[in-house]
Amino acid sequence: MKFNKTFDRALWVFHLNTGSCNGCDIEIVAALTPRYDVERFGLKLVGSPRHADVLLMTGPVTRAMAPRVERIYRQTPEPKVVMVIGNCGCSTGVYYESYNILGPIDKFLKNIDPDVKIIYVPGCPPRPEAIIDATAKAWLVLEGLRGDA
Amino acid sequence: MIQAIAVKLILSAIVAIASIYVGLGLKGVDRKLAARMQGRIGPPLRQPFWDVSKLFQKENIVPYHAVDWVFNLMPLVAFTSAIVIMLYMPIGPLKPVLGGFGDLILVVYLFAFPSLAMAIGGFSSGSPIGAIGAQREMVVMMSYELPLAIVVFSRAMILSSGGIEGLTLKLAIDPWSMVGMLGIIGLCLLLASLLMVIPGELAKIPFDQPEAETELAGGVLAEYSGRNMGMFYLADAVKSLAIASLVIALFFPWGISSYFSGLPELGGYAVTAWALDGAFFLLKVFLILLVSVTVVRVVMPRVKIDRASSFYMFTTGAIAAIGMLLIYICINGGF
Ligand code: SF4
Repeated sequence: MKFNKTFDRALWVFHLNTGSCNGCDIEIVAALTPRYDVERFGLKLVGSPRHADVLLMTGPVTRAMAPRVERIYRQTPEPKVVMVIGNCGCSTGVYYESYNILGPIDKFLKNIDPDVKIIYVPGCPPRPEAIIDATAKAWLVLEGLRGDA
Repeated sequence: MIQAIAVKLILSAIVAIASIYVGLGLKGVDRKLAARMQGRIGPPLRQPFWDVSKLFQKENIVPYHAVDWVFNLMPLVAFTSAIVIMLYMPIGPLKPVLGGFGDLILVVYLFAFPSLAMAIGGFSSGSPIGAIGAQREMVVMMSYELPLAIVVFSRAMILSSGGIEGLTLKLAIDPWSMVGMLGIIGLCLLLASLLMVIPGELAKIPFDQPEAETELAGGVLAEYSGRNMGMFYLADAVKSLAIASLVIALFFPWGISSYFSGLPELGGYAVTAWALDGAFFLLKVFLILLVSVTVVRVVMPRVKIDRASSFYMFTTGAIAAIGMLLIYICINGGF
């Protein structure tokens, strides 16, 4: 997949709640508000995974959500990056060994696609600054994909 | 003959490329201004160019249930028809490139084309969300067609001494000086209803029901990705320039170069005058889009689809009809 530097400056994000407590989702919304305004970096929240370059996933993968997570991941066009927001998604956090979850997002996605690119944003919930920082990490990942890192 | 065709082709290419750049630039200005009004910093002015360039680099997915040739054709139709509208518009000091090959009625129908293409694309995507979006697109379109047609035809009525054909060429005549007091009130009403039509035509808040992100996940565009999506993005940018040029052609066809005397000329061509008129044209486009798109979309929420429809059918339609009546009385009654 060939793509150039303009790609970084126009990341459209799709937000997917895989079973979170909604705390992380509120922080994502906070990052869009006038105080933090991620739109100045070209980030835009879109309504359909078909338009997305970055999938923002929050929360552990619950049993009910698992098939949907897989479908939405596959519906996103290449090149794509997954951003896991919150302790729950990174390591299942407070839901550790709960009966109704399948595990953290990275393990689940690596079963579907071994080449998946994941950025971890730990915190319960992470601050909006951390989410903005993760955007810069996404640029690094994309640079790596382009091969000019 | 061949030379004339070649000149037309070259001119068309120039207009097409220029209108893509100007349209994207206007989109950037719109986003920046909207952000400033909300107290944000907003994306840089070049953001739409980056968006398009990114979309053209993405993977282009055709859904399993889609009718693939219609699905892939429709973005192209929307984009080309938006460009063709620009070829029928007088752009600042320039006459319309295809001026001799169609009339005002053709332009009105061309304006329906991008929306129609979007609706067909939505239906062909094989997704229920796309189908709902397409139905809404059709409903909104049928509603705003009525006031749009009334406005265009009352404007034609003022000029229609010699029949309808060739009206696109005559458009550069000032309408305000051709009517009396009553007619000027009528023209104001028509202008107001045309400005109300613009957000619906461009599917911007409060009339963006076909693409409602929060309820329909992108609506007609839900299944589009990559290159096809980029084509729709470009069509939207060019269409906003086209509808603003329609307002200018119908209501504000003046230039400012005639107010300056002794403008330097280059090799017999009034280059400076053209540049001045061109800049004035861009200023008019910007002001029209600022009033009817940017401000409106910042201060208003999305309305329900039935409200949108009745707003266009009854409120805007009534305003336009009263305007037409006043102009008719003015022309035939001699007020
Ligand atoms: S990390 Fe904390 S805030 Fe985020 S979903 Fe888990 S429990 Fe909720």
